Amino acid sequence: MSLYYVQKLLYHLNRDPVQQQHFFEDRDTVFGHYTLTEEEVDALRKPDIGLLYVMGVNAQLLMHYATMSGYDWPQYIQAMRDGIDQYGPVREGLYAMQDGKGAI
Amino acid sequence: MSLVYAGTCCHSPAITSRGEMADPQLRRQLLEAFDRQRRTIEGAGAEAIVMVSSEHFANFFMDNMPTFSIGIADEYYGPIEDPNWLKIPRTTIPANPDLSLRLINQVMQSVDVCFAQEWKFDHGMSVPLHFLTPQYKIPIIPVNINCQSKPMSPLHRSWALGLALREAINSAPEKIALIGTGGTSHWPCTPDSGKINEAWDRTLIDHLINKRKDALLAYTDEDTYREGGGGAFEIRTSVCIAAATEEQTGEVWFCEPIPIYATTCSILSLYQQPLDLLT
Repeated sequence: MSLYYVQKLLYHLNRDPVQQQHFFEDRDTVFGHYTLTEEEVDALRKPDIGLLYVMGVNAQLLMHYATMSGYDWPQYIQAMRDGIDQYGPVREGLYAMQDGKGAI
Repeated sequence: MSLVYAGTCCHSPAITSRGEMADPQLRRQLLEAFDRQRRTIEGAGAEAIVMVSSEHFANFFMDNMPTFSIGIADEYYGPIEDPNWLKIPRTTIPANPDLSLRLINQVMQSVDVCFAQEWKFDHGMSVPLHFLTPQYKIPIIPVNINCQSKPMSPLHRSWALGLALREAINSAPEKIALIGTGGTSHWPCTPDSGKINEAWDRTLIDHLINKRKDALLAYTDEDTYREGGGGAFEIRTSVCIAAATEEQTGEVWFCEPIPIYATTCSILSLYQQPLDLLT
């Protein structure tokens, strides 16, 4: 259930530059507005893009969080692949992986 | 009859964000096909573009996800993505709320739709608009089909939406172009990004240009997910346009897999106004 709120937080950040600025200035306050587990807060704070992907965060949301966190495209793809290696298969969500060996 | 042109096009954000990383010849051919579609829309005198897309959590979220939604705003805004990433400047996009209202009222005679007086475009709209009306000279009527989050409506409802949109467009005096975006195989923004099922895509496109209703409606989400990835749920948009233009055989103006753009990029022309209807 908590995955829903991780995604909702990212949805709000993607839509609203003001909220995005607030988030990067004071993440803990923003986290407090959402029902998140400790693992989810840690993954968002680092950020651990690979773990967020494994948790099942929709990649259409995750991609933009990675970009606003400073990842370029190859780094983003590699972070998800590293996440699979470290944490195992995607746990839930629409964008489950096949073999993780796309053409890029 | 006010439908003056209909077609579909790809909307991968990589076409602009990673544009120069593609094979130069393929990119040139793709951009030429986009430009052919732009010139056809302009040449047909389109006074509005009804654009059927699948947005990616730019406006709609799982707290209240509409199956179908049509914009009725005074103006739109986009793209929501970082413009330095998407390489499309943020801007306001012209609308026509009066036309939106008339289209929505007519569509609602047969298909229930939500309406939205606020709408921020993401790449699903902004990438096609960047090529099809780069100066944003033509008002846009955005239409969204939920292709991002289950439960999704069955394909026969996209077909019904297409029929309803066509009837609504025909009831309006304005010259209107109808464009669907997205929808071939892709596994976007995942470690599988770049996978393409070209054979699946070409079969789908053949069904689309030949308006094979039974074949198109026979696609199941399970098959689509297995063969085309999560991104291919967007076939709902092109099925909608095929329904709206059922009476004409379409043409493939471009169709090639471009892995760095994460999909088979296609430009399909699905309806051109018959010569005897041109004024």
